[in-house]
Formats: sequence, structure tokens, C-alpha cells
Amino acid sequence: MITDFFISFSTYVIIYIIIVSSFNISFGFTGLVNLGHMVFFGIGAYTSAILTLHGMPWYFALILAGLFTSLIGAAIAAITVRLKGDYFQIVTLGLVFIAIAISRNWISLTRGALGLPGIPPIIKDNFNYMLFTFLVCVICLAFFYWLTKSETGKIFQAIRDDETAASILGKNTYFYKVLSITISTFFAGIAGSLFVHFIKFVDPSIFDLDFFVIILTMLVAGGLASITGSIIGVVSLAITSEALRFVVVNPELIGPVRHMSLMLILILILIYRPRGILGKVNV
Amino acid sequence: MLSLKNVSKSFGGVKAVERCSFEVEECTITSLIGPNGAGKTTVFNITSGLTKPDSGTIKLLGKNITGMPAYKIAQSGISRTFQITKVFKNLTIRDNLLIAKRTNDTEMNRVLESVYLNKPLDTIASELSYGQQRLLELARALSMPHNLLLLDEPTAGVNPQIRQELKSILRNLRKEGKTILLIEHDMDFVMDISNTVIVLNEGRVLKTGKPKEIVKDKKVLEAYLGK
Repeated sequence: MITDFFISFSTYVIIYIIIVSSFNISFGFTGLVNLGHMVFFGIGAYTSAILTLHGMPWYFALILAGLFTSLIGAAIAAITVRLKGDYFQIVTLGLVFIAIAISRNWISLTRGALGLPGIPPIIKDNFNYMLFTFLVCVICLAFFYWLTKSETGKIFQAIRDDETAASILGKNTYFYKVLSITISTFFAGIAGSLFVHFIKFVDPSIFDLDFFVIILTMLVAGGLASITGSIIGVVSLAITSEALRFVVVNPELIGPVRHMSLMLILILILIYRPRGILGKVNV
Repeated sequence: MLSLKNVSKSFGGVKAVERCSFEVEECTITSLIGPNGAGKTTVFNITSGLTKPDSGTIKLLGKNITGMPAYKIAQSGISRTFQITKVFKNLTIRDNLLIAKRTNDTEMNRVLESVYLNKPLDTIASELSYGQQRLLELARALSMPHNLLLLDEPTAGVNPQIRQELKSILRNLRKEGKTILLIEHDMDFVMDISNTVIVLNEGRVLKTGKPKEIVKDKKVLEAYLGK
């Protein structure tokens, strides 16, 4: 029983690490506050679910979930990254509502609000699946560490600090911003695929904003522009969140108390430690 | 090296630059002076591609660069600094210089020495003083391969010692064959180092000439220098 809980909890944490780190690439490293980041997690989940339900092997579905999600990410970025500051955030927030509307109403593809049940698992045994997600996570993190130290990663950070200065140094900032969103949404799609094959069900609630708020809090707590910070942010907040289960006696209150606590943590970090635990830039 | 012909730019109803024409010769220091609001920084922004002109032509080494995006103009050989420093504050000195040009530590230290900035390459830019950040921005502009260097008020907000150092830096650059166009309000600085001075007033070129001619010109005295 305890082992099952630990395996399930660890699998969620591993998947959260991928999604939060990928969010850090666009938000923390490039300064693109993509409030619709979880939409791409949902697109990856739906893509992988639909493909495997139609008989495609999971390994193709996993890769295609990433590729298709990044294609959508690149197309949306190509249109939106020219928008500055708040306008970019408002448009990307709008993606959430578009995604909810499409997933609810494209019944022939998504079964609408009923969702898609019976999604085949990648590996039936949960412990082995946890090991598999861990392996994927290590590969993703290795790529993130390499990327952020590379010349491209430095250009992302230069754009975040001062886009005009980056452009007068001969950098095509539009291209690099689209590239940043493309990369971050690819890994969001991979995380979505891993998630959906674990819970074996997906419905439009995957696009809900409360999920995004959890991810955002984890990112901000760990700190922007630090992949290690993202790992620490996810692990510490996931443990805090689970610990509340033992503090709150009434089971009906666990959900709301969890959300309220995360919000409180987010507000306190923004006021007292805007760089989070290991962040390199202020929120 | 650089030529502007009949360049105009309006912001709403305000004519920031109007039929502005001038040329910058190779291996010279040319200063752009004029009262606040004369259109100097707009000329810089148009030349470096940050602002698109309404009309007119800008040529660099005979190549038409009018309306090209900033990054392409930079790749064509124009490097610049800003009136308000634009270093990458969360990056180290090394990374600031790497964005400009992929090079090694020895070369970076040589550039830093040439601008009298003696700081370790791992120093985060935000830890530098304002004057040091200006020097870093200059080092970054120098690192980027270029034919023409645009400097927007390089002495603004820096102490007299750095100001003197800037003079010798610019003279050395001219000796090395670099071409520099700068905006400056410090007239002693301008008169001391410029080969040519261009006076802008209300978006138009009021006078172009050698420093000695400029200080004696009646129109310039009335519009900017005072009698």
C-alpha cells in the first residue's frame, strides 16, 4: 500500500519535473511568459491517447506527441512572439479557453466531456513505469542542462535580459523566441504523453487553469532560469502538498486547502523571495 | 562609409527627423551634436534598424540597408551602444561578450583591457557599477565584427577618470582604422577628438564641418552652443 503510494507519487513528481523544467526554458530562460504552457501538456496527452487508442505503438505515439505539440507550439509562437509583455501573456492565456472549447466540442475525436478512457499503458507494472519515466526525465534534464549552457541557451537569456541589445548584436530574436517555445512545447508534449499513459484517461479538465497554477508555483518556488531549481521546486512543493493530506482531517477540504496553500506560498515567494530557491532572475 | 540621404521620420504629428543627409568618412570620428529633441538618437535608431524611416536612403559601404531588420544591419557591420546602458544584466561578462562574438578568454580579456575594465570574466554584469557597465557595453560593441561603431552619449553618467579613458580608447580605435559616429553633449570631449562635427536641429542638419568651424558658426551658436 505504502509502496504503491510512493511509486505513484514519484511518477507524478518525475512527470512534473519535465513539465516545470520545460516551462523554465521559455519563461525563465527566454522571458516568454507563456500562460498557455499547460495547453501543450494537454495536446501531448490527447495526441498520445488518440494515437495509441487507434493502435499505434506507444514509442511512436510518445515521439509524435512531442513533435505534433511542438509543431502547434511553433505555429502559435510564429504569430504571437512579436507581441510584447502583457499582450503575449493575454493571448497565450486565451489558448487555454480555446483548448477547452475544442476538446469539449470535437466529439468525434475527443468524445467531448466524456473524455477518453482505456488508454493503453506503456508498461503495465507501475514500478517499472516509474523507472521508465525516470529514464526519460534524465534524458530531458541532460538536454536542458546542455541547452542552457550552449550558445543558443545564452542567446535565449540575452533576449530575456534585453531583446533590443540582442538584436543589435546580430541575433534574429524572432527566430530564437519561436525556437524557445518550440523546444519547451516539445517537452510539454512528452510530459503529457507520459502522464496520460499513467492515469489511462484524459478529458478536457487537463486544460484547467488550476493545474497550471500548481506548475507555475513550482517553477517560481524553485526559481527562474535554474533547471536544478525546477527539480527542487517540484519535489519540495509536491511533498508539502502531500503532507497536507495528513494535516487536514476532513477529506473534502484537502483539495481546496491544497490550492489555498499553494497560492499562499506563491504570494509569499513573490513578496519575500522573488528569485525562488535557486533562481537567477526575479519573477 | 555611411551615407544618409533625405531621411525623414515622424512620430504621430512630430517630425523627429526631416530630410536629413550626411556622410561619415572611413577611419574618422564624427560627432553628432544638437539640442535635446534634435533627432540624434532617432538617426541612430534608424541607422541601426531599430526604427524604420518614413523615407530616404541609408547606405553602408555602398550597400542599401534602409529598412532592414536590426539584426541584419548588425551583421552588415554596424555595432552600437545606447544612451541608457543595455548590458545583459543577469549574464556574466564572458556571456555578454560571447553573444557579440564566439571567442576565447584571452581575446575577451584583451578587449576588456582595451576599455580599461579590469574585472574577472565570471562577474555578473549587474554587479558592475554604472560606469563599468558602460565600458562593458563598449567592449561588447567592439567585440562584434563591425565596420562602423555608433556610440550614443558614451560619457553620460561616467566619472571624469573614465571620461578621459574613453578619449584615449576612441583615439586608439581611430588609429586602428575604425570608423566612429558618436552622439555627445560634452563639447570639450567632442572638440577634442572629432574629425567632423554634424549639428542637428529640429531633425535637420544645421551644419557640418571641422570642430573649429562649428564653434564659430553663427547658426550653431544660436541654436545649441549659445553666444
